[in-house]
Amino acid sequence: MSALVHAPHIAAVTTPYTVSPALMDVLQVTVLVLVAAGATAVVLTREPVRQVVVLSGYGLLLAILFMVFQAPDVTLSELTVGAVVLPILLLLALAKVRRPEE
Amino acid sequence: MTPAQRRWVFLVAGAGFVAFYLWGMTGLPGFGNYPGPYGTIISNIAVAQTHATGVVSAINFEYRGFDTVGEEFILFAAAAGVSTVLRHLRGERERSALDEALNRNAPPASDAVRMVALLFTGPAMVVGWYLASHAQTSPSGGFQGGVVLATAFILIYLAGQFLVFQRVSPVDVTEAVEAVGAGGFAGIGLSAVALGLPYLNNVLPLGQTPGAVDSSGTIALISFFVGVEVAAAFVLIVGELLEQTLLVRQESR
Repeated sequence: MSALVHAPHIAAVTTPYTVSPALMDVLQVTVLVLVAAGATAVVLTREPVRQVVVLSGYGLLLAILFMVFQAPDVTLSELTVGAVVLPILLLLALAKVRRPEE
Repeated sequence: MTPAQRRWVFLVAGAGFVAFYLWGMTGLPGFGNYPGPYGTIISNIAVAQTHATGVVSAINFEYRGFDTVGEEFILFAAAAGVSTVLRHLRGERERSALDEALNRNAPPASDAVRMVALLFTGPAMVVGWYLASHAQTSPSGGFQGGVVLATAFILIYLAGQFLVFQRVSPVDVTEAVEAVGAGGFAGIGLSAVALGLPYLNNVLPLGQTPGAVDSSGTIALISFFVGVEVAAAFVLIVGELLEQTLLVRQESR
């Protein structure tokens, strides 16, 4: 434990909230509602290309959710995979399927 | 089955699901309430034990390193699967990327898209390497860094054209790099075995200061190799799909 006490960068880790708990609650509830709305929007979008764009926005919302719930590592993964790579893979697949045969 | 019957099946199944779901919810511990002892124990000992202040990385690449090897090879197998499924089949011919570029069916990317992609390529590359090489000090790691690195290559495709993407990431080279990444991780684990220690035991010196870039022994090294593997895997998957979409055509009969 002595290493914990003497290392200055650890002190920063154990520093309590600078944001008040009440504000955190408001943030968490807000972001949960936004994610639920985003997921509904994805399901209700019927046109595939539009749906991919909405899905990308939903990935961004999920990333914010993980950030608010203090999981910055998951935020980074979700940001890159959910908001960028997954939509690209889907768009490429759609482009392949939709191209008229020559 | 008539639509009316189908609706009844759905209603009964739906009601059953809702009932079980609500029943399960009532048994959950309170919000934010963590009952297990392991998280608390690890939070207290991880920094002193591994000299990594990114405790998530310490868990991923040290305490449960063996699980992470498994996850690594899931992605490896997925990339290999995509390569296999999207290989050229009999009856498919490949258009030259050059012809495609000279005589495009699709309109070229707008200047705005190319400009933005160009502006972000460098930063994405730097941030990707930073994340992959600083797992020991920050909540990042090889996976996140690797995917950001891969997006840099996707930006190159957006800023230039497929030809440029192919030139900077030829499939053979990407496959070899991916294999080096995955093999590096497994090899670091084996080097501990060679020294008579358990697989993936942290065999390197931990460094003096927890949180310094040169601290944490094998954690930083494993994260680096994971970054290389993940970046190559995603570039490979996106590259194969791009090739399928842009180049491969059914042979006209």
